[in-house]
Amino acid sequence: MSAPSTNTPSIEKERVSTFVSITRVMLTGFMRDRTALFFTLAMPLIFLLLFGVLTKNAGTSHVKIAEVGQVAVLDSMPGDSRTELEKAVTITKYDDESVALQKVKKGDLDGLVEQGPNGQVVLRFSMSDQVKAGAVQTIVNSVVQQANQAASGQQPKFTLAPSQVEDNSLKAIQYLTPGLLGYAVATGAVFGTSLTLVNWRKRRVLRRLRLAPVSIGSVVAARVAVSVVVAFVQTAIFLVVATMPFFGLKLTGNWWLVLPLVVCATIAFMSIGFLTGAIAKTEEAASGISQIILLPMSFLGGAFIPIDNAPHWLQTVSRALPMRYLVTSAQSVLSKGGGVMDVLPAMGGLLAFAALFTAISWRFFSWDDA
Amino acid sequence: MTAAISADGIRKRYGDVQAVDGVSLTVETGEFHGILGPNGAGKTTTLEILEGIREPDEGRIELLGMAPWPRNAKLLPRIGVQFQASAFFVKLTARETIRTFASFYGVGPKRADAMLERVGLADSASVLTDKMSGGQAQRLSIACALAHDPELVFLDEPTTGLDPQARRNLWDLLRDINAEGRTVVLTTHYLDEAEVLCDRVSVMDHGKVLKTGAPAALVREIDDTVRVSVESGQLGVEAARELFAAAGAEIANLDDNGVSLAVSTRGPGPVLSVLAEQNALRGLEVRGATLEDVFLQLTGREYRA
Repeated sequence: MSAPSTNTPSIEKERVSTFVSITRVMLTGFMRDRTALFFTLAMPLIFLLLFGVLTKNAGTSHVKIAEVGQVAVLDSMPGDSRTELEKAVTITKYDDESVALQKVKKGDLDGLVEQGPNGQVVLRFSMSDQVKAGAVQTIVNSVVQQANQAASGQQPKFTLAPSQVEDNSLKAIQYLTPGLLGYAVATGAVFGTSLTLVNWRKRRVLRRLRLAPVSIGSVVAARVAVSVVVAFVQTAIFLVVATMPFFGLKLTGNWWLVLPLVVCATIAFMSIGFLTGAIAKTEEAASGISQIILLPMSFLGGAFIPIDNAPHWLQTVSRALPMRYLVTSAQSVLSKGGGVMDVLPAMGGLLAFAALFTAISWRFFSWDDA
Repeated sequence: MTAAISADGIRKRYGDVQAVDGVSLTVETGEFHGILGPNGAGKTTTLEILEGIREPDEGRIELLGMAPWPRNAKLLPRIGVQFQASAFFVKLTARETIRTFASFYGVGPKRADAMLERVGLADSASVLTDKMSGGQAQRLSIACALAHDPELVFLDEPTTGLDPQARRNLWDLLRDINAEGRTVVLTTHYLDEAEVLCDRVSVMDHGKVLKTGAPAALVREIDDTVRVSVESGQLGVEAARELFAAAGAEIANLDDNGVSLAVSTRGPGPVLSVLAEQNALRGLEVRGATLEDVFLQLTGREYRA
C-alpha cells in the first residue's frame, strides 16, 4: 500500500495554489474560446471603430456653401481671415447657379452665395436643417459686416477675443469611448460569470470542487481576478484606439481613475452574471437571460447614446443601473478633467449594487442540477 | 480496525419519491464493494449521501470514522470520487486537467503526470479532454480521483460505454488500486463486472438493500439449475433421456435444436458421467447461474425507467 499522504500543507498555501490553478484554468479556457474572445474583445472594438468613424464629424456643425460666380466679399478677404472662415465653412465654387441651387434644395449644400446688383450679397438657403440654416446666415452676415467695416477704413471699435476654457462640446469619441467600454466590460463580466457557473454546474465541476479540500473563497477570488484582467485588457485596447490621432480622444489628468472604477463595475456586472447563471440551467438559457438584461441596461445606461436628453423618468430608471455609474464617471475622468470625488460615489454605488445582487443570487444558487 | 464505511438507516425523500428508504451498509477497510440495482433503485442517491454531497433526511454515516456531512475538510483529502466522464474544465488538455485537480490537494505536477502515465494516457497528455474517446475520458476521470492517493475511492459506473478491450484494461487498473490497500466502492450495471471485481455486492431496489454478500455465495444461494450442452449428433434426444433416467439424474429440461443438445439439471454429476461414457463430450459447455440470475430474481424482470 502506497501510504496515503499525511503531510497536509498549510491551509494558506493550499488556498494560494487553488487560486493560482483556477485562475490559470479560466484564463486558458478563455484564451482558447474563440467565441468568448470575439464577443468580449473584438466586437466592442468593432463597435468603437464603426461608431467612431460614423460620428467623426458629428457635433461640429460644419457648413457647406456654394459660391456662384465671383462674390467680392469672399474673394477679397485677407488670407488669414479666409483661413479662419474655412474652419467653419467649406466654400466650393460653382459657375452654374441652377446646379448649385439644386444641391441646396437636396440638402447637399447648406447655402448658396452670389453677387447681386449694387453690392448686394445674395444668400439662398434651405430650412431643412434649422441649426445649419441659422449658422449659414450668421456666418455670411458676419463676413459681410466685416467687409463693410473694412471698407469704412476705420479700426473696429469693439472686438471679440474668444478663448476656449474646456472642451465641453463633448465630441463623439468622448462619449463613445466610456460608453462602449462600459458595454465591453459588462459583456465580459456578465457572460464570463454566468457561463462559467452554468458550465461548471452542468459538467459537475462544481461538485468536484466541493469534494476537494478547496476554499470556495479562493474559487470566487479567482473568477473575480480573471474578469478584472479581461476588463483591464479591454480598457487598454479602447484607450489605445481612442487616443489615436484619427479619433483624437484627449485624456485628462486623472484618467487612471478609470481603473479602480472598472474594477468596481466588473464586480457589479459579475453579480448580474451570478444571478443569471444561478437561475439558468443551460448555457443557452444563460446567454439569453444575460442578453435580455445587458442590452437594455446598455441603452438606458448611456453606453451607446448619451441619455442627457432622454425623458426624466428614463433618467431615473438609469440611476438604478450600474452601467450609468460606470459610463458617466468614466466620461468624467477620461476626458473632462474629473477627479477622485467624481468616481468615489459611483464606486460605492457599484459595490452596493454588487452586494445586493450577490445576496439575491445566493438564494437561487445550487451546486447541482436538480 | 474501523470499517471504511458504516451507514445505518439512511433515508432520503424527494417530494413524493422515497429515493433511499433505510439503507444500512458496512464496507470493511480494503474491501472492493459493489452497489448493484436497476435504474431508479436509489444507487446514485445512496452514493451521493455516502460521499457527503447530499444530506440524508435520516440516518447515521461514518466514513473513515468521520461524518461526511456537513462538508468536512479533514475527510476530503482521504477520499477520491470518480465522476462520469465529462466532469472536466472546458478547453483543457488531459495533463492540464489532472494537474489542476491535483493542485487542489497540494499534489505537485510530477505526481499528477505519473498518475496519467499509470492509466495509460501519457501519449494523450496534450489532447483536449473534449476530444478524448470515452475510454480515455473514463481513465482520466479515474486518474483525477486517485491523484491525491486517497484511502477510500468511489467509482460511479466507470466502464459504461467502453469497448471490451478498454473494459478489461480498466478492470486491471481497478484491481490494482484495490490491491494497494484502498477501499473501493463501485456502482455498475454490468453484473459480470461486479462478479469479477467485487469482494461483496449489495443489490438495491426501491431504495432498499435487498441482499449483501460475496457474489459466489449469492449465486449459490439461489439454487438454480445448471445447463450442460454438447454438440448435436453425438447422442439422440430419446436415447439421452433414457440414459439420464437410468443414471438417476433429475432432468428439468432436455432438447436438441440441431446445433446443441442441451440439458438443464440440478445434478450435473450423473449427466456428465453419462455423456463421458457415451463419448459425447465434443463441444461441452457447463453454465451455472450467474450474478445476473441473482439480480433478476431479486429485482424482477419488468422494465425500469
